[in-house]
Amino acid sequence: MYKPYETSFRAQRMSIKEKLMNISFWFVCCICLLAAIGVVMLYSAANGSWSPWAYKQLLRFCVGLGLMFVVALIDIKLLMRYAYVFYIFTLFLLVVVDVSGHIGMGAQRWINFGFFKLQPSELMKIALIMALAKYFHGVPLQSIESIKGMIPPLLMVLVPAGLIIVQPDLGTGLMLIMTSTAIFFCIGVQLWKFGIIGLSAIIMAPIAWHFLHDYQKNRVLTFLNPERDPLGAGYHIIQSKIALGSGGVFGKGFLKGTQSHLNFLPEKHTDFIYTMLSEEFGMIGAVTIILINLVIIAYGFSFAFKSSNYFGKVLAIGLTTNYFLYVFINTAMVLGLIPVVGIPLPLISYGGTVMLSIMTSFGILLSVHINRNVSLGKE
Amino acid sequence: MNRDNDKGKVLLQRSLIMACGMALLLLGIVFRLYYLQVFQADQFKMLADENRISTRLIIPQRGIIYDRNGEILATNEQNFQVMIVAEQTANVQDTLDALKKIMPLSPDEEKRVKRDLKRNRSFVPVKIMDNLTWEEVAKVQLNIEDLPGIYIEEGLNRYYPYGEKMAQVLGYVAAVSDSDEKDDPLLEVPGFKIGKSGIEKFLEKRLRGKSGILKMEVNAYGRVMKEIERNEGQAGENITLTLDARLQEKAYDAFGEQSGAAILLDVHSGEILAFVSTPAFDPNAFARGLTHKEWNALQSNEKTPLVNKAIQGHYSPGSVFKPLVALAGLESKAIKPDTKIFCGGKMALGNHLFHCWKHWGHGSLNVVEALMHSCDIFFYETAMRVGIDKIANMARRFGLGKKINIGLENELSGLVPDREWKLKTKGEPWQQGETLIVGIGQGSLLVTPLQLATMTARLVNGAFEVVPTFFPVSDKRLLKIKKIKVSDSYLDLVKQGMFEVVNYQHGTAWRSRFDYNGMKMAGKTGSVQVRRITLQERQQGIVKQEDLPWKYRDHAIFIGYAPADNPKYAVAVLVEHGGGGSTAAAPIASQILKNALILDPVVYRTH
Repeated sequence: MYKPYETSFRAQRMSIKEKLMNISFWFVCCICLLAAIGVVMLYSAANGSWSPWAYKQLLRFCVGLGLMFVVALIDIKLLMRYAYVFYIFTLFLLVVVDVSGHIGMGAQRWINFGFFKLQPSELMKIALIMALAKYFHGVPLQSIESIKGMIPPLLMVLVPAGLIIVQPDLGTGLMLIMTSTAIFFCIGVQLWKFGIIGLSAIIMAPIAWHFLHDYQKNRVLTFLNPERDPLGAGYHIIQSKIALGSGGVFGKGFLKGTQSHLNFLPEKHTDFIYTMLSEEFGMIGAVTIILINLVIIAYGFSFAFKSSNYFGKVLAIGLTTNYFLYVFINTAMVLGLIPVVGIPLPLISYGGTVMLSIMTSFGILLSVHINRNVSLGKE
Repeated sequence: MNRDNDKGKVLLQRSLIMACGMALLLLGIVFRLYYLQVFQADQFKMLADENRISTRLIIPQRGIIYDRNGEILATNEQNFQVMIVAEQTANVQDTLDALKKIMPLSPDEEKRVKRDLKRNRSFVPVKIMDNLTWEEVAKVQLNIEDLPGIYIEEGLNRYYPYGEKMAQVLGYVAAVSDSDEKDDPLLEVPGFKIGKSGIEKFLEKRLRGKSGILKMEVNAYGRVMKEIERNEGQAGENITLTLDARLQEKAYDAFGEQSGAAILLDVHSGEILAFVSTPAFDPNAFARGLTHKEWNALQSNEKTPLVNKAIQGHYSPGSVFKPLVALAGLESKAIKPDTKIFCGGKMALGNHLFHCWKHWGHGSLNVVEALMHSCDIFFYETAMRVGIDKIANMARRFGLGKKINIGLENELSGLVPDREWKLKTKGEPWQQGETLIVGIGQGSLLVTPLQLATMTARLVNGAFEVVPTFFPVSDKRLLKIKKIKVSDSYLDLVKQGMFEVVNYQHGTAWRSRFDYNGMKMAGKTGSVQVRRITLQERQQGIVKQEDLPWKYRDHAIFIGYAPADNPKYAVAVLVEHGGGGSTAAAPIASQILKNALILDPVVYRTH
C-alpha cells in the first residue's frame, strides 16, 4: 500500500516537495503568530510607528523564516556528520572573540563581519546541543551511567560555558549549562549525581560570588530586594511590576500603556517587551503568549518522541529546552521572580541575533521531524 | 540491543518528566501574572497614576488695591520674559549669540543662563531676561525666526503706580522666605510672592485668592505630555482703601527731601486720606528683587527709608501736647478760662530753673493766649497745679499711650507716663519736675504721629472717639462711635487757642495761614529738642537750628485741622530734625489741609 507522505519504507532520499509536505503546519503557524505579535508590540513601543523597530523586525523574521525552511531541508545525516566540526568551529570563534575582547580591553561578544555581527555564544547554544546529541547517540547506557563516560560531554559543556562567562556574559553561560543539565537529565544520568553537583554548587556559591562582577552582584542583590535602590538598579524591576500590575485583566489598550509610552518602563522594545504587552493587553494577552509558547514547546517534545533515532530525539529535546529557557527566564525576570539578566523573549523582543539563532533551531527541530523515520547508525 | 532499548526508554521517561516540569514552571508564570494583574492590580494602578500624573498649582491673580476714588494703587502688570528651550535649538550658543545682536546680555547673565540650562532637562524653559518693554518684545518677536528655541512668556508682576509715595502704606510683595508661615501649598510654588509689609501683608489672605489646580500627564523625564484637568482657582479680592491718591501724592511731595511723616484724617469717621512717611523705598524694586547694593543703600540711609515714621517712630510731642494739658487744667479747675499766669521767661522749682522758649517771657497770659504763643511757663504752672495723673488720664482719653492697631506691622504704642508707671518700671517715685516737663510735651512722654492725628481729630470733632482706619467706615459704624467725656466749652477754648495760633499775627503758625473761600486752618506747632541744652550754651546764646548738624536739630511737629469753624480734616505732620514746628511742619500741614479742602467732594461741588 502506498502512502504518499509516509517515508518509513523508502530507501531513497526524500524529495524537497516531500520534505516540505512534512513540515508541521501548526508549529510554523504558532511561530508566525508570535512573531506577528512581536511586530505589533514593536509598533506600539515606537508610539505607533513602523520605524525604528517594527519594520526591521518584520524583515528579520522573513529572513529568519527563510533560514528556518532552508535548515529544515538539511538531511539529518549531514547534521550528525558535521556536528563535531560545527562545534569545534564555534569553539574556535568563541576563543577569537575572547582574545580580541581581551586585547581590546573590554567586553566583546561578537565578531563583526561588516554587514552582520556574529555572536558565537548564540551559535554555541545550537552547536553544543548537536555535539552532545551526537556523543550520546554513539555511547551505550552503561557509559552514560559511568563517571568516566560523562567526562567528555562535561568538558564539551564546561569549556564553552567558561569562555562565555569570562566574556563576561553570565546569562548565556548559565543558559548553556542549564540546557546541558537538562539533556544529561533526559538521557538518564543518575539523579544522585545531580544531587552531589547541586550540593557542591551550594557550597561553592560564596566562592563564586567573590568572582562576580559588581554589576552582576548588584543584579542579584536588587532581585532579592528591589527597593534597595529604587532609582538605580531596582528601578527596572519596580517599574516593570507597576506596568504589569496596572494592566489588570484586560489591559489599558493597544498604544495606551502609560508606563511604556511615558518611558517609565525601560528596554520596552527588548528585554521588557513582555511587560509592555501585559500592560496593554492585560492578563489575557500575557497568558495568550504563554499558551502559544506552551504549544511550541509541546510540538518540540512531540518531535522528539516521534523521532526514531536517538540523535534526533536528544537534539529536539535540547533545542526545545533551550527555547523554553528563553521564554521562562525572560518572563520570570520581568515578573520579578528571578534577577534581571539580559535574556530577550524570543520572536517578540527586538534583536537580530536571537531571532536568527532561534529560527535556525526551529529549522533543526523541523528537520528532526521531517527525518523522523530515518535510522542512523553508530558511525 | 536490549541496552539500546533501555536507553530509549529512559530518555522517554525522563523527557516526559521534564516536559511536565516545564509546563508547571509556565503555570507558575501564569499564577504570578494572576497575583500581579488581578490580586495586586489596584495597588499598581495607583502607582502607575502616581508615576504619570503631575499636579501643579495655578497661581491666582492677586487682588487689585484701589484708593477711595477708584484709582489703582497696586495692580498686576504683564511681565514679558525671554525664555529659551534648549531642545528646540540645534546650538544654544548660536541662539544666544543671535539674541545678543538685538538685546544686551551681560557675560554674567549669559553664564547664569548656561548654568540653568545645564541644570535642567533640555525641554525645561529657562529665563534669559525679564521685564521687557514693548519695544524689546517687538524686537524679539520680529527676529524670532533667527532665534530658534526662544520665545516670549507673559508673567504677572506686582506693580505700584505711585511707587515710593504709597510704599509705607501698601508695603510690597516678595518671594516667600523660610521664616514665613507656610499655611498654603501656594507658598511652595517657586516664584510665588506674598505681602511682606503694609496692607499687602495685612490683607494677604484676601488679596491672594485661591490657587487653581492643573493636572498633567508627564513622562518618566518629567516632560508634560497633555493636560488632564484644570481648575482655575479664584482670583484675590480687590480692596478699596480710604486713601486719596492725589492727596497722598501732594503730601509726599510737600516734604521734599525732608524726613518725616504726615497723616490726614477725616475727623468724623477716622478714615485716613493720606498717610505719608518720607523718605520711602520703591516697592516695585522689592517686587522684582533688590540688588545687594540697593538693599545696603536703604539700610545705611540715615533718614531711615525702611521705617514707617507714622507708626514706628516714637517722638516727644512737644508743644502740640499743650492742648491736652490745658483741658486737664480746665477740667480739674486748676485753671479757669480767665486765669492769668505771668511768664517772665523762667521759673524755679527747688533749685532747678525751667525756661520758656522765649527767654525774655510772654508777660501775663490766659489759657487761649498761652496756646497761641505756646508759652512754656503757663503750662509748667498748669501742669504743676493739675498733677501728672490727671494729665495722663486726659492724654489716654484722646488716644495716646495705646496702640491704634492700624493693621501695619511694628506699630508702636507710645508712652503716657504717670506715678504708677514710674514706680513700676523705674522703682522710683515720681518727681514734680517731671510733671513740669511733661506739661510741655517732653520728658518720658512718647507718641507716634498717627496718635497725634487721632488726638487732633478727637479734639475737634466734638470729642468723638474716632479710630483711624484705611478701610471705608459705614454709616452704621459711624453712629456707634462713642463720645469722650469732656466739656464742650473747654474744647471750644482749646480750639480758639489753636485758631489763634494760625490766624493771629503773633500766633506761632501765622505764616502758614490760608483762606480758601472763607475756610481757614487751625492748629498747634511743636518743636522737640533731641538733645539737652546745657547751661553753658544758654549763656553763650542759643545756637540757631540751621547751624547745628542735621541729626541734632529739633523735630518739627504740627497738628492742624480745617475748616476751623466746622472741622472736617485733621492732620499731623512731623519733620525729623526739621528745626521749628512753625517753620518746617506748619507749611506742610497747611498745604495738605488746603489741598484736602480743594479736593473735598462737597466743597468741590459747591464751588
